[in-house]
Formats: sequence, structure tokens, C-alpha cells
Amino acid sequence: MRVPVSWLTEHLEVGPDTGPAELVDALVRVGVEIEDVDELGPVTGPLVVGKVAAIEELAEFKKPIRYCRVEVGDIEPESTDGQQPTRGIVCGATNFEEGDLVVVALPGAVLPGDFAISARKTYGHVSEGMICSARELGLGEDHSGILVLPRDSASPGDDAREGLGLDDTVLDLAPTPDRGYALSVRGLARELSCALNLPFADPGMRELAVTDCDTWPVSIADPAGCDRFVLRRVTGLDASAPTPWWMRRRLMLAGIRSISLAVDVTNYVMLELGQPLHAFDTGSVTGELVVRRAEKGEKLTTLDDVVRELDPDDMVINDDSGVISLAGIMGGASTEINPESTDVLLEAAHWDPASISRTARRHKLFSEAAKRFERYADPAMCPVAVDMAARLLRDYGSGTIEESRTDEGGVTPLPAIAMPISLPDRTAGVRYERGVTVRRLTQIGCKVGIDTADDGTALVVAEPPSWRADLTQPADLVEEVLRLEGYDSIPSTLPVAPAGSGLTPAQRRRRTVSRALAEAGYVEVLPFPFVSGSVWDAFGLADADPRRRTSTVLNPLEAEKNQLATTLLPGLLETMQRNVSRGFKDLSLYHIGQVVQPSADAPAVPDPSVAQRPSDEEVATLEAAVPAQPLHVATVLTGKRRRAGWWGAGEQATWADAIEAARTVAAASGVELTVSAADELPWHPGRCARLDVGEQIVGFAGELHPKVIEALDLPKRTVAMELALDAVPVAELRPQPSVSPYPPVLLDIALVVDDSVPAADLAESLRRGGGELLEDVALFDVYTGEQVGEGKKSLAFKLRVRDPDRTLTVEEATEVRDAALAAAHDRHGATLRT
Amino acid sequence: MSKADDTQVLTQEALSAAVEEATAAFAAAADLDQLAAVKPAHLGDQAPVLLARRQIGSLPKDEKADAGKRVNEARTAIQAAFDERKAALQAERDERVLREEAVDVTLPWDRVPRGARHPMTTLAERISDVFIGMGYEVAEGPELEAEWFNFDALNFGKDHPARQMQDTFYVEPEDSRLVLRTHTSPVQARTLLHRAPPVYVVCPGRTYRTDELDSTHTPVFHQVEGLAVDKGITMANLKGTLDAFARAMFGEKSETRLRPHFFPFTEPSAEVDVWFEEKKGGPGWVEWGGCGMVNPNVLRACGVDPEVYSGFAFGMGLERTLQFRNGIPDMRDMVEGDVRFTMPFGVEAS
Repeated sequence: MRVPVSWLTEHLEVGPDTGPAELVDALVRVGVEIEDVDELGPVTGPLVVGKVAAIEELAEFKKPIRYCRVEVGDIEPESTDGQQPTRGIVCGATNFEEGDLVVVALPGAVLPGDFAISARKTYGHVSEGMICSARELGLGEDHSGILVLPRDSASPGDDAREGLGLDDTVLDLAPTPDRGYALSVRGLARELSCALNLPFADPGMRELAVTDCDTWPVSIADPAGCDRFVLRRVTGLDASAPTPWWMRRRLMLAGIRSISLAVDVTNYVMLELGQPLHAFDTGSVTGELVVRRAEKGEKLTTLDDVVRELDPDDMVINDDSGVISLAGIMGGASTEINPESTDVLLEAAHWDPASISRTARRHKLFSEAAKRFERYADPAMCPVAVDMAARLLRDYGSGTIEESRTDEGGVTPLPAIAMPISLPDRTAGVRYERGVTVRRLTQIGCKVGIDTADDGTALVVAEPPSWRADLTQPADLVEEVLRLEGYDSIPSTLPVAPAGSGLTPAQRRRRTVSRALAEAGYVEVLPFPFVSGSVWDAFGLADADPRRRTSTVLNPLEAEKNQLATTLLPGLLETMQRNVSRGFKDLSLYHIGQVVQPSADAPAVPDPSVAQRPSDEEVATLEAAVPAQPLHVATVLTGKRRRAGWWGAGEQATWADAIEAARTVAAASGVELTVSAADELPWHPGRCARLDVGEQIVGFAGELHPKVIEALDLPKRTVAMELALDAVPVAELRPQPSVSPYPPVLLDIALVVDDSVPAADLAESLRRGGGELLEDVALFDVYTGEQVGEGKKSLAFKLRVRDPDRTLTVEEATEVRDAALAAAHDRHGATLRT
Repeated sequence: MSKADDTQVLTQEALSAAVEEATAAFAAAADLDQLAAVKPAHLGDQAPVLLARRQIGSLPKDEKADAGKRVNEARTAIQAAFDERKAALQAERDERVLREEAVDVTLPWDRVPRGARHPMTTLAERISDVFIGMGYEVAEGPELEAEWFNFDALNFGKDHPARQMQDTFYVEPEDSRLVLRTHTSPVQARTLLHRAPPVYVVCPGRTYRTDELDSTHTPVFHQVEGLAVDKGITMANLKGTLDAFARAMFGEKSETRLRPHFFPFTEPSAEVDVWFEEKKGGPGWVEWGGCGMVNPNVLRACGVDPEVYSGFAFGMGLERTLQFRNGIPDMRDMVEGDVRFTMPFGVEAS
């Protein structure tokens, strides 16, 4: 909300030392956010009031141009024929006529934005100055025409600065949404009065004229949606009466365009008191006004000429003709006041904030009125606001205020809150001076009493003022005391937490995995989890594949990407692709993140009350209703894993690198992976490894399927790995290494087996056959070719044999080797290569 | 040759000449090979001193001892000259070999360059460690979350504007009551439902709001949340904790400032500014996050008696923290996954 300082301080006794900077500080200190501080001006040099004496329309140009003679009172009378001397000024606006008072910047004047005015020739005439618009004067955004001052408000030649109030600062303020009252000069001035301890005269506290009859028949059919409805009628209004300059100026600085006296008055009162008003053209209203919910199928054309389909939840006002207003949000076109209206019904009502909020969102109509009603307006202001508006129309529009007033409903007092008097001190950790709590609560408008609880605790009992529906519990009162005393008076002390136990094993493992992959050359990326359904087709997944069972976002940012990823690969591959398109060929990326795996038979999400803790059963259902979101880790690799360089050639990343990445993760978890051949999309059926820990499948690794690579337009031979990290146990191994000091016997063997025998299985057989003395088995060569024959391969292993207690003889080591060989032969038909 | 001639070689003059000759020959050898080549002539079977030794037998008895001594002295001298020269030549050779084996140690050797971790990860870890040091534990929760945890339990009214579609991602069907969590605060509720106070937890995690991606917004971002619920927790404790956090993150001179604000889940509530010495354009306050005393309604919904316990909570955006801490102008760089953004952060640094 924009408001000039001069208006903000109108009801406050502000000392000379309190300038805009002090006001801004005070507002920030009590929690009103400052979006902008806009000092008006500066304007230097001659800025005067001018009276338009004559207008000559220059027709020869593409746009309307006027050459005006303007009295500015600065030239000695030369002629003796009684005419005032004038200056010639060229002007492009047309919203003024002869006799109007305007603001003239004479040569030598400098307007805001260092806009220097000089006499110059333009459109065939010498222009001796400029007739100014509001925007050129820095008074607002209005540049639709020049600024026309009310006639007789000043004399030609008067300095215009004072009348324009250029010595002012406009604050753009954003009160928090719980403080509806602060969306008004009344509320903001009260905040300042509390913050600076200044005397404050509440413009909302007025004696109201007592009336004894209704000005118009009204019935509230839905008191939950509307608990007060007030009307006042003004007749005999001069529809052409201009809005007084002071009001126009304030509206202009608040960023609201002047329309007509009646509209300006309702806006002005809203800004002053925070109570939105509506003005009906009385002549267009027929019969009793009924305040109710809309019925299905009803329609209303609102002031903005939009036909709106009403919802049965919308509050509306109808008369005999049907719905005439979308209550609290926007009036209807049929009863809109117009330039000919001389008889107006001023309405101020109080609406249920939640209902207004829903309607505003439903119709996407976030009007100034809706903004205030949904944050809670002060119901006590309804009659005050209509009276103030009526008086302004009487004073400036020569209207007559009908004596009667309609006032349906009323103000329900807000419930009193009892709070231990020590609670603010205990919450803040501060010993406030005696009496601070009572003083502060009184200052914000509460009626405060002191009481004693049954257990002897001293209590403060506060009845919130009518505008503070946000005060509902002791904590709310505590906040008022603390913020007004200043958060800066709260000291800095650390609580004493009990000894913690640090990270959990799974949390530690996650860090270790992340570091291990980074050390191994992978770069971490954090792709969004939003994927397009088409990626599953590109992966070639069967219809029943569980990865296709996704949670779908109702309101995605990109319509296509509306599914939550069930695997990390799509995001990683997309990120890889982005890097490739930016010129990178060799990429190793990893991502550790949650995937969302909804279950087909999850229970519905319950909605337990928040008044107390839900039952254990409800908690369990809540948790079970949320889809499983296990932590995964995945890597993708393309290009060279080992770079080429001065040392020689590089090495292309292969399926084996993908498996190695998985092993890195397993090692960081303290477990070993069992690798076996698999055929799992999106991997290459002949180059895909299934990764198990014990009996559990934990992931897959290998080269991607050529079709997938083609479909996703990925670099050839891209490889990838994905592990369900949560499924990989974190082993607490507690290793007990016993190191033999005796020398080993090293033996090399080459075994010939069928092509189909996995190397890992063969090595495992050797290990088992060799027994405890076989310390290590390491594969060092793989050979296929003529020497071993078709369908066969030779695998060469280095065996390290050692005894814990003595030096082995070669014969003893050979026995171990033979035992290992025998096992390999029995299980895989392995023969020694000769 | 006469007998007298034969014994000529045993004269002192002859022996001295042999030593001199040998020494000169060894000194003239330019390398070990040449030294080896001249060695037989002076120390070999036919070398003068050895020929002389063989003549000793033919000398009269009384001369033998003296002659033997002189021959031995000469031989020892020649051997010493040889050894000395050999050692010198060896040292020279060793030095040359080392010199010849020198390489350009500035050549790169990045066959598998090290990777890097995303600064969001390292930042979250670093923050977690600060709080672990204060006795906190790290709590986690799902990103797709029940509305009840994300809103209801946190005292958001059913019609609270933040629930609306313009801020929150919902999932199908329309009444699923599941949302992508809009903050890490649901972890507060989950933690309190399962643990009796005292509870001191820190919750880093990924969060979602329906903001279009631009230089200062991203729909997917990271927060860190802190929660302490115990007997006698005060706002002064909150301030003290935030100050300690600020010092750990931004240096000893850092501190925080609280401004009143509004959040449904805290009362009183505040926004936190942090004093940042290395701020672009000079030291100053930077908006950092939100905080407050846990709203008694939240405690009640989670089964904690607000008459007995009180608590504080705070939350910060990690992208924002990284943005002002490192002076990163465009948030898009943090989320797009370009390796050029992440590489400079390395494995551990942030």
C-alpha cells in the first residue's frame, strides 16, 4: 500500500525530529515491510500555477497539438487593453479548456529526473515552458493528460510547489497478511503511534448520528458470510462536482486514478479507514437488498464488464432484478454509479474472510476490497465509513445526507484471552519492566484486566479490539509485547541441547558415497524430478513396468513434464544432453536423490483434526498414504573415461566403468556387490549387469540399449548405473584383520572355460576351492581366439597363497592351487590352459 | 737379461716411476670404461709392480724384506689411485644419469580428472555439521508429502492462500491431498509426532513452489530447517542459535537481526537478517530466512503440551544463501547441471 508521509502522520503528534527515515525504521521494527521509499521531487526553478487564457488547435500535425496562451503572472503588463499578459506554450494534451488552472514549469525549472525546461521552438511556435502532467511532476504514474487544478484554488503566478505538496515522501508498505488493519492509514498510524509512543487520534472513533429508521430495506440471509451490512443514502448530488485537489493528490500518490467524486470518495475512505465501500446508483436499485450465497447457474456482469458464472459458495447481493454485486469483491455493472448519478446508496459491510478469499481466487479478482476483506476488516468501521463518505459527498458534491441509516447485523466482540502475566518474559527470555505487558496491550487497543488463575498464577485478560481478529491465543499477545518492545532487546543465549549422536549410519554412508563418486571423477548434478511420460516409451518399457506407475503433477510448469520420476536416469540423461549441447564430449555425472514410487494400493490420505495429536493409527495411515520415496544413486558416462594426453591415447567409457561406479557405492557402504548378466531396459541386453547384495536386487549397470540411445538422441555407447541406495545395506563390518608376517607364494594360472561362464563366478569358485590359505585371487587377463577354440575363453588369475603361522613350501601352495582348480573344474568345467 | 737387470725393476726409482705412470694413466681415463681399459696395465698380471713382486724371490735373503715392503707400498699406492679415480668417475656418472632422467614436472596428469560435488550438497552438510556440533540430529522426510504434514499440522488454515495452486504443486487426483512439500517444515511435524521432547533437529532438503525459473527463483530449491523443542526454550535461545549459526557460516564478525513477521507455524515470528562482512558493495545486512517460536497450535497437533514445552524453529533457503555468500548472479546456473558451474566447487569446498 502506497501512502504519503503527510497523510500517514495526519493523526499523529509527530515531533520535528521524526522524518521519513525515522518513520521507516519504526515501521520495520514493528514488522511492516517497506517495499519502497519514494521522495517526491526535487523540483527547482520556476514552477507556477498558470491559467489557460486561449487555446489554438494546430491541425497540421499527425497528433493533436495545442498552442496555448497561459497567464503565469510573471510578466509586467505591457498592453493597456486590460488583457493579462500571457506566455505561449505548446502542449500535446487535450484534457483542459480555457480558464483551467494548470501547473507550468517555466524555462529554468528542473523537474524530477533532471528534466530541465527551456524555451524552445517546436511545432512552429516558441514554447516558453511546459504544462505538466502528474507523472512529469513525480506525483504518480498518470500521464494520460496534464494535471488540471480546481478553478479558484490558486492564482496565476503562485508558486505551485506548496499546493502540489512536493515536499513529501511516499512509502510503499507491505504489512503481513495477518494484519488486515494495517492496510489503512488508520492502522498504520496506530502502528507508528505504538512504535514511537506518539499520541494518536483515531479517525475511526467518531460519534455517529443516531438514526431510528432504515434508509433501505436489507436482509442478511447468510449471517455466516456477512455479519454486518450498513447503508447510507446521499441525494441531490452534483454529479459534475470535481474531486477536491487534496483528495486527488492523496489518491494519486497512493497510485489510484481519480474517476469521479463519488468513486474517489469511496476509495479515499477505504484507504483512510481500511473499510471498503461500494456506491450504488440508487435509481438502478429496485426493492429489498438480500445478502446471500449465489445459486448454481446465476450470472453477474461485474463493473469490469466481465460476465461471471457464480458459484454457490460466492456471497452476493441481490435486489428485485437479481444479483447486483459480487459481495466484498466487485459491484455489478447494472447498478454502477455513472456521471449522471445524483442519488447514491453507500454500502459498507463485513464479510467472512475465508469466503471472500475463496471467491477472489475462484474469479481471479484480487480487488483492493477483496484484499482487505480476506485479511479481516474492522466491522466497527462500517457505519463510520459510510458516514465519512456521506459527509465528503455533502461537502464537496453538495449532496444531502438522508437522515436514516440501515445497519443490519453488528459487531460480535472478539473472545477475551487470558494469559499468564509472565508469559511474554518467559517466551522472550527477557525481564521486562513492570507494567510493560499491560501497557503494550492497552496501546494496541485491547481492554486489559488482571485476574488470578485457580492455581494462583497472575493472569492478564485482554479483550482484543474489533480490528484484531488475529489475536486468538496467548502467543499472539506475546508477539505484540515483544515486537513493540523491540526484538533488538532480546539477548543472544544458546540453549543446552542434550548430547546428540551425530549422523546416522545411512546419513554417513550417503556422504561417503557422494565423496567417493566425486573423487572417482563424477560431477554431481541435481536435476528436477519432473519427467515427460514419453521417456518411458523411449526407454522401451513394457506397459506393466513399475517405472511407468508415477505420481502425476496436477499443475506442472511444463505441461509435458508432469510426472514425478521413478528413476533418476531421465533427469541425468537430460542434464548430460544439455552439457553435450554446450560442447562437452567427456562427461561423468552422478545424482543422489529421492524417487517417487506410488503404490497401487496405498490408502487415501486422511485428514485428521489438528486440535490434538492424531491417533497412532491415523499417523500410521498418513505415513502409509504418502508414496514410497527411496533414495537412489545413479551415474551416467559418455566419451572418454580416461583422457588422451601427452601420455598417450585415452580410453572410452564402457559398461565396465558403469559397474565400477556401482562397486564404488557398494564399497562406501561396506558391502560387496554380486554382479550377474541381465537383460533390463534401458540397458543393452548383452551389456547389462544386475547388481545384488545378498539375495536382494539393488540395481543395474551397463551400456544403454542402442535403441534408447537413438530415441533420446544420446551419444553412442553412453553407459549408466542406478542403485536403490536405501536397499543397499550399510554393513557394520567391524573388520578383524589378522596380518601374517610370512612370505606368500604367488602362482599364475590360466583357465579355459565356455564363453558363457561369468568371470566373477569362476573367481568365486577358485576362492572357495582354495580355502583359507588362498589369500587373494586376481584376474589379470582374458583371451579369446584360436588357441583356445571356438566358444571358449581363457581367464588368467594370479593366486596369492599364504599361511598365517609359517612359511609355506611350494608343494603346499601347489596343493592349494590344485584344490582351487578342482573346484573350478567341477563347477564350470574349467581346464588348465596349456 | 742378467740377474742384475732382472732386479733392476725393484729399485726405488723404478717403483716410483710405475706409481707415477699408473696415477697419470688413471687420471687420464675420461670415464669408467677407459679406466677399466687401462687398469690391467697397472694392476694386472703383467703390470710392473706385479712383475717386480715376482723378482723378490731372486734377491739375496737380507734384501728380500725391504724389497717386499717397497713393492707392496707401490702396489697399494696404485690401487688407491685407481679406487679414487673410480669413485670420482662413478659419482660423475651417477650425477649425469640423474640429470639426464629429469622430466618436466609441470606436464598435466589428469587422465581421470577429479569430479565435484554440488555446492547445495556441501552447503547442506556444512550446516548440518554446525548443528551436530551443538547437539542436534539430522532429520529427513519425503518430498512428495501429505498436505496434512505440509500445511494442516503447521497451522495453515484450510483457506490459507499459500495452499493455492499458484504456489503449491499438487498431484493427481485433485483430492489426493498430496503436495510437493513447499518447505522443509513438515519434517518438524513428522519428528515431533514420533519423538518426545527434548527435540533438537536440523532438516536440510529439497522443496518445491510453482515459481517459474529465473535469475532469482527456481521451482525446485533447497531449505534447511532447525527445530528445538524443550522445557524453557526462549526467543533469546533462538537468537543465540542463529548468531552461532551465522558466525559458523559467515565468520566471527557475523550476527543476526530479527524483524517481526508472520508465519502460520510460529508465533511470535520474525525474519532474519544476517550481517555479512564480504557482502558485495561492502559489509551489510542480508535477508536470510524466517524464524519464530513454534506456534502452540503446531505443538498441540503433534501431541506436545504447549503448557510444558516451548520451541523455536527457523528456515533458510540454501540457493539464496549460496547466491549472496558466493556472489552468484543467476540462480539458473545452480540448477541446470552445467559441469562448469559445479567443477570449481571440488569435492569438499563450497
